[in-house]
Amino acid sequence: MNRPHEVAQAILSRCQGATTSSFRDQCRVQVPAEHLLDVLRYVKQEAGFDLLVDITCVDYLHYRDATERFGVVYLLARTESAERLTLRVMLSEPQLELPSAVPLWEGANWMEREVYDMFGISFQGHPDLRRILMPEAFTAHPLRKDYPLQGRGERHNFPVLTRAEA
Amino acid sequence: MPLEPATLAPPSDASRDYLWTLNFGPQHPATHTTLRLILKLEGERVVGATPDIGYLHSGFEKIGEKLDYNQYVTVTDRMNYISPMANNVAWHHAVETLMGITPTSRCQYLRVIICELARISDHLLSVGAMGLDVGAFTFFLYGFYQREKIYDIFESLCGARFTNSYTRVGGVMHDITPVTIEKIREFLRDFPRTLADMERLLNRNRIFVDRTKGVGVLTKEQAISRSASGPVARASGVPRDLRRDEPYLAYGDFDFQVCCATAGDCFARYYVRLAEIRESLKIVQQALENLPAGPVNVGIDERAVLPDKQQVYQTIEGTITHFELLMWNRGFEVPHDECYAATEAPNGELGFYLVGDGSHVAYRARCRPPSFIHFALFPHLIHGHTLSDVVAVLGSLNIIAAELDR
Repeated sequence: MNRPHEVAQAILSRCQGATTSSFRDQCRVQVPAEHLLDVLRYVKQEAGFDLLVDITCVDYLHYRDATERFGVVYLLARTESAERLTLRVMLSEPQLELPSAVPLWEGANWMEREVYDMFGISFQGHPDLRRILMPEAFTAHPLRKDYPLQGRGERHNFPVLTRAEA
Repeated sequence: MPLEPATLAPPSDASRDYLWTLNFGPQHPATHTTLRLILKLEGERVVGATPDIGYLHSGFEKIGEKLDYNQYVTVTDRMNYISPMANNVAWHHAVETLMGITPTSRCQYLRVIICELARISDHLLSVGAMGLDVGAFTFFLYGFYQREKIYDIFESLCGARFTNSYTRVGGVMHDITPVTIEKIREFLRDFPRTLADMERLLNRNRIFVDRTKGVGVLTKEQAISRSASGPVARASGVPRDLRRDEPYLAYGDFDFQVCCATAGDCFARYYVRLAEIRESLKIVQQALENLPAGPVNVGIDERAVLPDKQQVYQTIEGTITHFELLMWNRGFEVPHDECYAATEAPNGELGFYLVGDGSHVAYRARCRPPSFIHFALFPHLIHGHTLSDVVAVLGSLNIIAAELDR
């Protein structure tokens, strides 16, 4: 039984420009951003991958052989049979927009907020797209590769609030 | 600038401006960790809750792009700090999946033992703190006394009680000793009595049952749609346990039950956790009695663990491996690829999405924290319940802010 691979083939036949790959027995499909919502709807409603395990993002700025900057990763699983499928969407500046998965999975809400907070990718149709971990006044997206590990944004850059001001 | 509660709470229309806005946390004894809630109250009833998180955000994922695969295990200790061993195992399970290393069977059994002890410790704190918050103080002390025993076991195993950092790529820090095995045997012998006492204290306790039954109900559909995992999902009737469904390490060898409930309320989550403690004891017992002999670390061919001194001085392969691992421009052989590997941590599915770029440091180390996903459930669960139920629901979800914010 090799259901994730069958689903991957079905996605390939349904949407133009998708590619599939496999690593350590994990089946991965890369889909173009414009087909993302269709593919997500298909894998949830028809292929039965009903659990959205995680949404995360990778900044491929310094990655070897990378042509596009961001890869947003959707990790999906079936609750019935413990099979997994990974979907990836590549994005480059200035088009950092994706459709939100909240209409399909309510659990996507905070995951997308975190990706927005850390990488600055905005999700269209998200009910409440605000920063989640960083303060509202923060301007950068700290998990991007061009954000330094030390220096900017550290404690000594912030004004000290005295008791009288607070 | 500290945020005003009013800016975070959803705007209420003019007809509902009699609602109270209550700021709960970030420093409140019943939140246990630094998390903050903005509650909208109608009398004593909660009609809206807005979690505000990030108070403990320390950039763990960014640090993962700086520390190498062995160094980062110290950071995983500080994620879910009430069961650090489970995090250590989860991290190195992901790293080994990425590198394609299979640990030796002794190492796998050893990791199963420490994982299950960590699960017992985590569940004891979780149900204990939940009991404490709804007024059962004795129950909490019973649990904490036994957690102390588990800390003693970990101390004799690796020298650290709290931040263990026990695992390494391809193995563990050092092998288990007969003293530790004896301590675990003693724990297995004594603990079931306390567990029976704990079950008798609360399972049919009128006050506790009234405070938790029917409170914070999560239906099965909602649990799946909102990505719940671990005990929270199983209490809602989702029979998903990665130990059984994707048997990583040596979990395929053991006989244990996946504990489920169907009610999905706070009591079901408490009950599933207590039942899982019993199953964990069974697994530890089986793993300890069948602990395979042999080396605990992978051999020098894998080029992952530092060889022992005898190999370094007396064999050329040992010398080469030692140099290769210690030279700054060599280190581990990591594929130029990415993968996700998850383990069933006490709190739910704890996974790491790792991107390797050939160097000894991860290009991206994403942690899928169960607390983060479960805290997002909170506004849904508390809606319509009273203010005093807030602590019961929080306790039943077992939110650890260090893992929530990372």
